[in-house]
Amino acid sequence: MPTFVYMTRCDGCGYCVDICPSDIMHIDTTWRRAYNIEPDMCWECYSCVKACPMHAIDVRGYADFCPLGHAVRVHRDEEEGIIAWRIKFRSGRIKDLVAPITTKPWGKYIPDLKQVPAPTKEQRESQLLFNEPKYIRLDDGDLYTLESQGLKMRQGVYY
Amino acid sequence: MFITSNPFAGLAQFGITPGMMQIFVILAIIAVVAGILLDVAHKKSAKYFFEHTERMKKLATRQLSSSEKTSMLVQVILNEVLTSSEFHNPKRRIAHLLKMYGFIIFVVSSAVLIFFYPTEQYAGFWGLMWRVGAIMLAVGGWWFFTKLRVDVLSEGKKWYKLARADMFIVSLLGVSTFGLLWCFFQGVVGSTALALLFFALFLISAVVLFGGVYWSKFGHMFFKPAAAYQKRILMADGSRENLPPFYKRAEVLDQSTMDLVRDIPADQKFGLCIMKDEPNHY
Ligand code: SF4
Ligand code: SF4
Repeated sequence: MPTFVYMTRCDGCGYCVDICPSDIMHIDTTWRRAYNIEPDMCWECYSCVKACPMHAIDVRGYADFCPLGHAVRVHRDEEEGIIAWRIKFRSGRIKDLVAPITTKPWGKYIPDLKQVPAPTKEQRESQLLFNEPKYIRLDDGDLYTLESQGLKMRQGVYY
Repeated sequence: MFITSNPFAGLAQFGITPGMMQIFVILAIIAVVAGILLDVAHKKSAKYFFEHTERMKKLATRQLSSSEKTSMLVQVILNEVLTSSEFHNPKRRIAHLLKMYGFIIFVVSSAVLIFFYPTEQYAGFWGLMWRVGAIMLAVGGWWFFTKLRVDVLSEGKKWYKLARADMFIVSLLGVSTFGLLWCFFQGVVGSTALALLFFALFLISAVVLFGGVYWSKFGHMFFKPAAAYQKRILMADGSRENLPPFYKRAEVLDQSTMDLVRDIPADQKFGLCIMKDEPNHY
């Protein structure tokens, strides 16, 4: 679903212009507000949606398979370091998703792949991904699951 | 005292009478009101505004009392209106405050000088205020125009590239800068021609500023507080424009699912935010 801007909410800060990897968020020359100049070229990465401090950017499905009435909204809370999404289905059903922000400073934590030993034959034939993401234990030990860790999904906040 | 002189008193020598200046001010007020009304009618902004309110009302989870609404109105006045709190970028906020207060002081003192001291050479406090307003407007305006304007800051355009969206800021720069130059050259012996030139440029800027409301961004002064009030109401009544609720970090980190990523070193797990990382592509 490509993005669009509610011009009445936008204050022309330019964060979306800065962040758009497709360089399609631009500033309108009449009102100095942002707009998506080429929705067809949108990566649908939602970087702009998350970056907009005014919540002025929304996403819209193509009318044929995603009729009006739904909403995908996000609040990126810089102070709390939290990103929260609300998906509203056309039926009115709401799904909330929330997670800590994992964005790293630019240029930090670039994986030093030279130092990583090559995968063994066994690893190559395995169905698991090589090396990444190692912290969810795909390479050594077993995969952590709720079940294996004796955990239960709690009502209210989902990851 | 030069700094309290009344720039409008010197206009008599060019045949501009107090009556003409007063008519100009009245015409300017009429032009602003007419421009705003035409703008609202053309863009259908009021219609959209009320339709949006109605749409969101259906999503509201609670009714706001009139005292809550009043307190929100006070909050809007204290925050968004008086201190421009909606600006995320502190530099833009400071520049906006300089422009806003400068503009108000400048316009009010101009009107006072024209209506109450039209022929007096020195106007004391109001003569000084006229300069203070113009300087604040010029400082905030030029800072915004050359450095902070999104066209320059994010679009990478040169500061002198103009578009229609610049009409408002350029006319503000015109009235403040040419006004100050006109006032300065009035006090310099033998500079009548320069004073006249800057007065003419000042006048053209004022005509564009007040006469061009329909085409410029002048109307934001009236629309922005209304939009800010609406936003606060929607956040409080539960409709939240479909935005998710606020969460506390601890509440999220405390989820059992977070245990699944417990082996990630803390500094690599949850990084800084995008805003804290300045863009450097230009
Ligand atoms: S979703 Fe991504 S590609 Fe699309 S406009 Fe936003 S930042 Fe650009
Ligand atoms: S980030 Fe949001 S407020 Fe800033 S220019 Fe883009 S749409 Fe407008």
